[in-house]
Amino acid sequence: MNNIFSQLDLAFWITFIAASVRTAVPILLAALGEIFAERSGVVNINLEGQMLFGAFVGFIVTYITGNLLIGTIVGATAGMLLALLFGWVCISKLANQIVAGITLNILALGITSYFFRIIFGVTTKLPHVATYQNIKIPLLNQIPILGEILFNNNIIVYLTIFIIVISNIIIFRTTFGLKLRSVGEYPRAAETMGVNVKKMRYIAVGICGLLAGLGGAFISVGILGGFMENITQGRGFIALAIVIFGKWNPYKALGAALIFGGAEALQVRMQVIGIQIPYQFMLIIPYLLTAIVLIITGRKAIAPAASGIPYEREKL
Amino acid sequence: MSHNYSLSMKNITKKFGDFTANENVNLDVEKGEIHGILGENGAGKSTLMNVLYGLYKQTEGDVYINEEKVQIDGPLDAIAKGIGMIHQHFMLISAFSVSENIALGLKSQKEPFIDMVEIKRRIKEVAEENNLTVDPDAMISDLSVGQQQQVEILKALYRGGEILILDEPTGVLTPQESEKLFATLKMIAKKGHSIIFISHKLDEVLEICDKVTILRRGKNVGVVSTENISKKELAGLMVGREVTLSIEKEDIKPGKLVLDVSNLTVKGSTVASSLKSISFSAREGEIIGIAGVDGNGQRELVEAIAGLNKVISGTIKVNGEDITNKSAKEILKRKIALIPESRKVVGSVCQFNLVDNMILRQLYDKKFNCWGVIKYKEANIYTDEIIEEYDIRTAGKSICAAQLSGGNLQKLILGREIHLDPNLLLAMHPTRGLDVGAIEFVHEKLLEQRKAGKTIVYVSTELEEVMGLSDRIIVLYNGKITGIVDQLEASRELLGRMMAGEYIDDIKEASL
Ligand SMILES: Nc1ncnc2c1ncn2[C@@H]1O[C@H](COP(=O)(O)OP(=O)(O)O)[C@@H](O)[C@H]1O
Ligand SMILES: [Mg+2]
Repeated sequence: MNNIFSQLDLAFWITFIAASVRTAVPILLAALGEIFAERSGVVNINLEGQMLFGAFVGFIVTYITGNLLIGTIVGATAGMLLALLFGWVCISKLANQIVAGITLNILALGITSYFFRIIFGVTTKLPHVATYQNIKIPLLNQIPILGEILFNNNIIVYLTIFIIVISNIIIFRTTFGLKLRSVGEYPRAAETMGVNVKKMRYIAVGICGLLAGLGGAFISVGILGGFMENITQGRGFIALAIVIFGKWNPYKALGAALIFGGAEALQVRMQVIGIQIPYQFMLIIPYLLTAIVLIITGRKAIAPAASGIPYEREKL
Repeated sequence: MSHNYSLSMKNITKKFGDFTANENVNLDVEKGEIHGILGENGAGKSTLMNVLYGLYKQTEGDVYINEEKVQIDGPLDAIAKGIGMIHQHFMLISAFSVSENIALGLKSQKEPFIDMVEIKRRIKEVAEENNLTVDPDAMISDLSVGQQQQVEILKALYRGGEILILDEPTGVLTPQESEKLFATLKMIAKKGHSIIFISHKLDEVLEICDKVTILRRGKNVGVVSTENISKKELAGLMVGREVTLSIEKEDIKPGKLVLDVSNLTVKGSTVASSLKSISFSAREGEIIGIAGVDGNGQRELVEAIAGLNKVISGTIKVNGEDITNKSAKEILKRKIALIPESRKVVGSVCQFNLVDNMILRQLYDKKFNCWGVIKYKEANIYTDEIIEEYDIRTAGKSICAAQLSGGNLQKLILGREIHLDPNLLLAMHPTRGLDVGAIEFVHEKLLEQRKAGKTIVYVSTELEEVMGLSDRIIVLYNGKITGIVDQLEASRELLGRMMAGEYIDDIKEASL
């Protein structure tokens, strides 16, 4: 025991928190996207599939071009394209969003696994690419503790922070955001005020896919530098939970994502330290924690009123 | 004589699939005129206006604004052409503030950001010009329906609407609020706006409109000036046959006490609709009318008695037995029948056929249930009987309930509930949205039950009906009873004041 506690020094905590942030980033990106989608009235359950697409395409393109940035951008775009397909099925074809989302998730898992094997064959030696380098922000990274946690990260982490701030402004301060929220609350009323409901929903779902794809690409080329089947491991679903827990608000979603990221990082560290609990149990921790937090807070959360309901102008 | 119409709709036809909601309808409105569109529920009034507002695309026909043919490609286009519409169901987002609702869809001076300062300034300005009282910072969910309507009017005027459409605007107002609305509309019309006022209430149309276009089953049946037409003639045009406008009722001595509600407190969907310690009773052979503006606790009251809403405190007794917080099934067993507010959502299972709907409430009855298997032979016979007795117009008993028209579905529910041989019949808005014939039928059946010594709790927002049918009238306001009056005592004016929150004792005291 003594041995274990002696490892819990300052350096441990700093790396732990830094790891929490890193783990939180992909989920947070997807959750931010989902906030846009749900605020517009579309529950994008296909989030997981879009992340997986982003992770896969991001990796492949990076592997081929050797350029991380291009890989990431193309990966995010792939997520967006899948989201637009989902959007077409749900927004234009008025399909049930849950059914469409789950179907496309299965499709995404199948496609990515299949092509991964086609391209690389069945091998134990997984292909690798270099990951993003950390960028130290001069001066700020000198701040004790905080500097190491916040100002010594890679570009995607900084980008994520930027996206949180921007999302909040877009959703709550702009005319675009007002229209976005209105179509998620009462699409018919929005329509009578001249808002194009379907267009707004397409834009929101597109943004959602872009961010989910970016989050996925961050997992493959940002953290791991590789790809494997089902690499996202249900993070898209965790992001859905985080949106509820974060009450459809970017800043609150940040807090929620950090809790999950923390639990995940803790789980990894507990395994490393060698605490005598079966590792399968530790793997559960972040998911269990998410479920508990949801049970406690979910009840009070008020979703956009028209969330999940398809809209058709001439339908009663 | 050459007219200068600010709006003309010529030969408008609108089809939904095979169904024709408007057929060759014409409408001409002059500048500064208040033009009524009168018609029964389902006559196609809203459809016509939705075409004008660009929400629906007409199958045939043309629209002219200031004598010029126009194409309206959606609400944005309609707004740009000076048309403003206040919909039957308010188009306000309750999670937003007043100013956010007004700002929605407008270009701002500070794109991409919302210019709240400017919006609020303009709201105040427009409100003052038009004598409206609107607080820009209030949340819609905190406003009364009357206030919400003012926001709707302001929203249209803010956008520079020259032609203002109001679709059944008084349905949710107290008589006094209606008067205030009429004053506002007259003032707006005087400024040169054209107003289209939609209603199925004759008195209102006669009071406020200069001219009326009458629709019946989607077709024009006439345009008349309100100066030289009587209420009765207007009713005849609207319905297409002679109608009696009054309700004939026999005198009956009330029998023993049946329903006894004391200090009933129930949590409702809003604060205003939560019941706050109310007490009343009802006897055999009595119809108790519950009047009030929608959302003042009517639904909560009925649901509490029917076992669909939890009672926090107080008691409900029926025939001496305490049924407070008993399950809906237990209460049903005590023969308490319910005609719910919504025929389609609560009153029936739309996708079930008529037989299944008919026996829905008697599934536990040995008559239709043999060890858990439904006795369809009995059920079919029973259904046929009710279809016959209640004159339900249907293509057969195996069609699903969704295919029935509103009136026929309501007859089905009415028949089903009355056949339970209830001790107490709870009827919520049983005539809402029905045509005159069906309304008369419902009234007849309810009065028959009264004559048979049953007790009826009758909830309605239609004051004429409440006053005509009820022996006593209870007015609910903000979840409290503002007064209980006898039928003979009741007047629109008195009920209206009570519906707006004045207590009967105060009103009487003031008039002494
Ligand atoms: N979007 C729609 N789809 C199908 N039927 C409709 C639609 N809107 C209205 N209708 C039908 O058209 C008829 C006229 O409806 P409506 O215009 O709302 O009548 P009113 O406003 O006069 O009560 C009704 O029978 C209604 O069921
Ligand atoms: Mg209507």
